[in-house]
Amino acid sequence: MLGKDLLGIEDLARPEIELILDTAQRMTEIGTREVKKVPTLRGRTIVNLFFEASTRTQTSFEIAGKRLAADVVNFSALSSSLSKNESILDTAKTLDAMDPDCVIVRHRVAGVPKRIADVLTAPVINAGDGAHEHPSQALLDMLTVFQQKDRLDGLTVAIIGDISHSRVARSNIYGFGKMGAEVRVAGPPTMLPADVETLGVKAYTSLREALDGADVVMALRIQLERLDGAIFPSLREYSATFGLDRSKLRYAKDDAIVMHPGPVNRGVELSHDLADHRPSVILDQVRNGVALRMALLYLIAGRQVREAKGKD
Amino acid sequence: MAKLLIRGGRVLDPAGEVNEDADVLIEDGVIGAVGQGLEARGAEVLDATGCWVAPGFVDCHTHLREPGQEYKEDLGSGGRAAVAGGFTSVTCMANTDPVNDDPSVTEYILNRAKTDSPAKVYPIAAATMGLAGRVMTEMVALHEAGAVAFSDDGKTISDAGIMRRVLEYSTLVGVPVVVHAEDCTLRGDGVVNEGPISTKLGLPGNPCLAEDILVARDLMLTKLTGARLHVAHISSAGAVDLVRRAREEGLSVTAEVTPHHLTLTDEATLGYDTNTKMAPPLRSRADVEACRKALVEGVIDVIATDHAPHAVHEKEVEFTAAPPGILGFETAYSVCMDLVRAGELAPLELIRRMSTSACEIMRIPGGSLAVGLPGDVVILDPERRWTYDPAKGYSKSRNSPWAGHEFTGRVTATVVDGRLVYHSDRGVLVP
Repeated sequence: MLGKDLLGIEDLARPEIELILDTAQRMTEIGTREVKKVPTLRGRTIVNLFFEASTRTQTSFEIAGKRLAADVVNFSALSSSLSKNESILDTAKTLDAMDPDCVIVRHRVAGVPKRIADVLTAPVINAGDGAHEHPSQALLDMLTVFQQKDRLDGLTVAIIGDISHSRVARSNIYGFGKMGAEVRVAGPPTMLPADVETLGVKAYTSLREALDGADVVMALRIQLERLDGAIFPSLREYSATFGLDRSKLRYAKDDAIVMHPGPVNRGVELSHDLADHRPSVILDQVRNGVALRMALLYLIAGRQVREAKGKD
Repeated sequence: MAKLLIRGGRVLDPAGEVNEDADVLIEDGVIGAVGQGLEARGAEVLDATGCWVAPGFVDCHTHLREPGQEYKEDLGSGGRAAVAGGFTSVTCMANTDPVNDDPSVTEYILNRAKTDSPAKVYPIAAATMGLAGRVMTEMVALHEAGAVAFSDDGKTISDAGIMRRVLEYSTLVGVPVVVHAEDCTLRGDGVVNEGPISTKLGLPGNPCLAEDILVARDLMLTKLTGARLHVAHISSAGAVDLVRRAREEGLSVTAEVTPHHLTLTDEATLGYDTNTKMAPPLRSRADVEACRKALVEGVIDVIATDHAPHAVHEKEVEFTAAPPGILGFETAYSVCMDLVRAGELAPLELIRRMSTSACEIMRIPGGSLAVGLPGDVVILDPERRWTYDPAKGYSKSRNSPWAGHEFTGRVTATVVDGRLVYHSDRGVLVP
């Protein structure tokens, strides 16, 4: 069960996803305690190696590690390594020599966590790489949907927005697909990657058709800098055609929930109203993110702890 | 009188359509005789039993990095890697530092190569000053200095008006203009072939169309100008079709394909290994099949390695940041043996596409074992198994997707002007 690293949902089998979700569900209770800390990973060192700024994901991993009593170190490599002309692999090997028990890697370019994992003895968790994968996000999304719907099998999940540039989309496509859901993607043709159907999804350029009968609607964040690449003409037009509000949500099932990986561009992907109120479950996603990451750290960084205990 | 007798091999000489067991005698640096049972007296003897004996390979697309980027390669290391791969002559691209856009740089390269390189080196000069795509180079002077062709290679001339003038002017000297066909606006920041693999990897895609459109443009400009166009490292089925039609129309166009575009698909990039990053990118299975078919049919004339050394620290970076290109010399024959073993290319035809055709296109000596021509010969063992380790190779760089790969088929010996310069048991012997 579970390899050394967690680099993408693509590599996981359904029982592994189920193990992670079950473990995360049990972890949610710890966050409700008055003393939100258990000694499970005491003495373990977890390094947040973030080459790209991400306050939310980094904080979530940090809180998750601290709730398990691990020592969490934030290694921000945003400018330091580039300015010293140090390669990412040098940075990673340097860290590895300090014997961490787990390294969390975020990078703006796809594939970097994989290349780092190839040279590291410590396990690596991918915290998002370019437009490739963001496995912990997809797992927390699946956990959130499971809490709301009591199942994943047979659901219809519609992912709306810039699929081309989205790691969240790819991880969720793999994850929900493996768990038996039907996954749809929708956006203007300029935001759908080449041959996207080969990922196992149905692609739509009509929001209405994509939402028809959907149980889950996931809006992706629009990166404003993409205006330069001529993939959409304006926020106004995007909002009018693919932005969600209550009237467009009527195309989906009556009990459909709305998700967003955050941070929301209010009035662009989601109306103000939807961003703040049911059926959106955005803050549940954030809350579950901590529990889910606790589960990942327990299962991956805590492996030696459990194996040692097993030997005793 | 220095004599070298290569005895007992199978002679493959495409220029003379020779394909028979014979000895090859080289006297005073030139081919003296080809025939059975040649007299060995006074000659150094090389046993070629079980091997192919062929004109030395000729590579019409390489980057030797000197002057200016000697940390990647220089004319000495590049030349040694070349002969270790069976190449006796190579052309070298102009993207040095300074750029080879001035006769003094052409002369510098030729002079350095004479002393440092065991392989013969023929510079390709820039088509525009500084590879900037604006002002034409002094083609007449560069040609007189020794340039055999003109190319801005990876800095594709994007301005069609400039390219038209370059092609027109090149007819003054009558040498090929080599085009790296890539529309940079369609490529965008693409780094892998656009399609299912780029989507899966989450890396920006570079569509075949970027190549096809530029090939189409330059074929039309060739028709207009009557110039000689050589399409570098063709990789897409669409571009192959365009070249096929242009040849049927009688245009003066030739094309090359690399060993990697003949044997690897974009699936090789799935592990994010930057040694699978090249320009153009590795393409789909259908594109590879189209290139192989076109090579067999002669629509693609020649195999060229696009030998592109890059230092380890340059390649050990993010996939998007890594420079494109891989080493080519020392694996070319072994990789291309795949086409022979697959029954697609006869041994004689492989030799033609790795030697004779390049000499015809670039109009340089070699590619033939005819009596009186330079004694540039390669001996090849098609059955010998070996494992490639770039760290033990002769290039200064190590960027190869075939590190650790076990091949069948190996270069046994290389002879330049009658002198044994490489032997697989003894390594590179000179200079």
